[in-house]
Amino acid sequence: MNLPKIPLANWIEWLETWLENHLDPLFQFIRLVVGKTVNGLDVMLNWFPALVLIVIFGALAWYIGKWKMGVFTLIGLLIIENLGYWSQTMQTLALVLTSAFISVLIGVPVGILCARSNKTQKIVTPLLDFMQTMPAFVYLLPAVTFFSLGVVPGVISSIIFAIPPTIRLTNLGIRQVPEELVEAADAFGSTPTQKLFKLQLPIALPTMMAGINQTIMLSLSMVVIASMIGAQGVGAYVYRAVTQGNTGVGFEAGLAIVILAIILDRLTQQVIRRTKAN
Amino acid sequence: MAIIEAKRLTKIFGTDPKKAIPLLDKGWSKEKILAETKLTVGVNQASFAIEEGQIFVIMGLSGSGKSTLVRLLNRLIEPTSGEVLFNGTDILRMTPEKLRQFRRKNVGMVFQKFALFPHRTVIQNIEYGLEVQGIEKNKRREMAMQSLELVGLKGWEHSYPNQLSGGMQQRVGLARGLANEPDVLLMDEAFSALDPLIRKDMQDELLELQAKMKKTIVFITHDLNEALRIGDQIALMKDGSIVQIGSPEEILMQPANKYVERFVEDVDLSKVLTASHVMIKAETITLERGPRVALQFMRDRGISSLYVVDKRMHLLGVITAEEAVNAIKNGRSLEEAMEREAPTAVSETLLHELFELMSNSKFPVSIIDDSGRLKGIVIKGAVLAALSGNSVMEDGER
Repeated sequence: MNLPKIPLANWIEWLETWLENHLDPLFQFIRLVVGKTVNGLDVMLNWFPALVLIVIFGALAWYIGKWKMGVFTLIGLLIIENLGYWSQTMQTLALVLTSAFISVLIGVPVGILCARSNKTQKIVTPLLDFMQTMPAFVYLLPAVTFFSLGVVPGVISSIIFAIPPTIRLTNLGIRQVPEELVEAADAFGSTPTQKLFKLQLPIALPTMMAGINQTIMLSLSMVVIASMIGAQGVGAYVYRAVTQGNTGVGFEAGLAIVILAIILDRLTQQVIRRTKAN
Repeated sequence: MAIIEAKRLTKIFGTDPKKAIPLLDKGWSKEKILAETKLTVGVNQASFAIEEGQIFVIMGLSGSGKSTLVRLLNRLIEPTSGEVLFNGTDILRMTPEKLRQFRRKNVGMVFQKFALFPHRTVIQNIEYGLEVQGIEKNKRREMAMQSLELVGLKGWEHSYPNQLSGGMQQRVGLARGLANEPDVLLMDEAFSALDPLIRKDMQDELLELQAKMKKTIVFITHDLNEALRIGDQIALMKDGSIVQIGSPEEILMQPANKYVERFVEDVDLSKVLTASHVMIKAETITLERGPRVALQFMRDRGISSLYVVDKRMHLLGVITAEEAVNAIKNGRSLEEAMEREAPTAVSETLLHELFELMSNSKFPVSIIDDSGRLKGIVIKGAVLAALSGNSVMEDGER
């Protein structure tokens, strides 16, 4: 039997064009807000002299973690500065922080909605599976169509790729609150909102923080891919080194990403540990 | 009027639970309904009334539906049919907002596994119910502190629950349940997770609190001794139905059926029954009658001793036939001849506390009230009869 091929590719492209034609004002608005946020952050981070910022970050790490954390941050950032990737690394940090921030802003409420309704969870879960398993490159094309080249489509595709852990673990954290505690909150006459803020969120917080930590790590892993569509930053150096076969530069820029990743990961882990201890 | 009244209160678990209601009306058993409809009967047409100030114990083995039943009373579990009247108002008809107010103001709850909020300190746990009511911070702190003092945990207010022992945690649970000064306190197996010794202490304290505050308490337990110890009324449950409701004595002495009988057969009656259950009327004589009259009296009744009292029945001593004879010979008065050291107890004394008194004395134990008036005596035979399960109420001469 010879069935005709489903014209899925055509449908998707039709949908892309339709969205581009009808939702353009919305996309322009998002482009403006996200672009301003990343650029603002970028300008702010690069406004400080590198050494001042390095000391500030080191002190912050010391304050949140232990002195070892502070020393590692200090040395790590000095290496980045020494290799000459400081300004690009701050651009990357601005991109990562923006997409992580927007992911949390959207992900936490969606996670709460999932935890409250099994129906919502049933709809959202397969969507998240889809978002995480679809190769991230595929998001780049529509992102460019809607938001044109630059850092904004990079942030948007990072969010799509990085938001699932925040949603999943917010949902999980709230659902894991022991049944008898929820019952106690009900027995004393809590409204659903009181129950959420006085019981469920505080108890779910360590789990939610684990999700946010993963979200930050995933958006960091997107920076090289995002540079393919014009996002500036240290990722662009890696991408260029790969296309030019320049192992040395690739390694240097890659190392900057690794250092940034370790610092962000250890810092958020430390925050999780602290919320657990309380 | 009863403060809480349940009328044919029923809970069926499963999809489309209403269809099991007519089957219950037809008298189908829990097993038959499960087999035919896949529905589980949690509580089957429970009806009872709880009077204000009572400790009403709902007791049954695990799976008997007792924990479900208590949750129907504040709608933590939504009943399938029936009514729950609180001071005459059906709580099943309350809107969500009315129900919340009912839970905030009228009913407190204490849980088996304590269910304390781990991220809040002791005092923050206790004031939770006041906080959700929107009571201003200083005021609610003050109320919570009073509640904390009531359970004897002053000084622990800033500790976290995981820093406390099980017994202390449940005191916090109790304080939280009492903080909003509810009319009714629901206690779901509140002491079951505690060590036996601590459990007994907590029972004592609960009884003390109850004597002070006159709260209405609905107490769930699977422990018959606990039920008998603290309950004013006991409802015994099996397979979701209430098998018998009655006072501890009624449950013990007049079991409604074989199930209750088997349930209570292992009870250590000496720790449940009090002197008042087994005491019989004392044969008395007043002091001024003298030894001759006393001896004559004993001969007439065929007994060997008499209790000497004053005109207002205050116990003075015991006179035996032997001593009466001696007194007549030596010309002594009844007052000189009588034994003053006879053992006494009050009518609330448990039988097992009487054992030692009885074994150390040749006289029966006399039972007196607070002002020393003789109420009756406890003889060995009556105690043995009671412990062997024979109803003392029928053949005792009270």
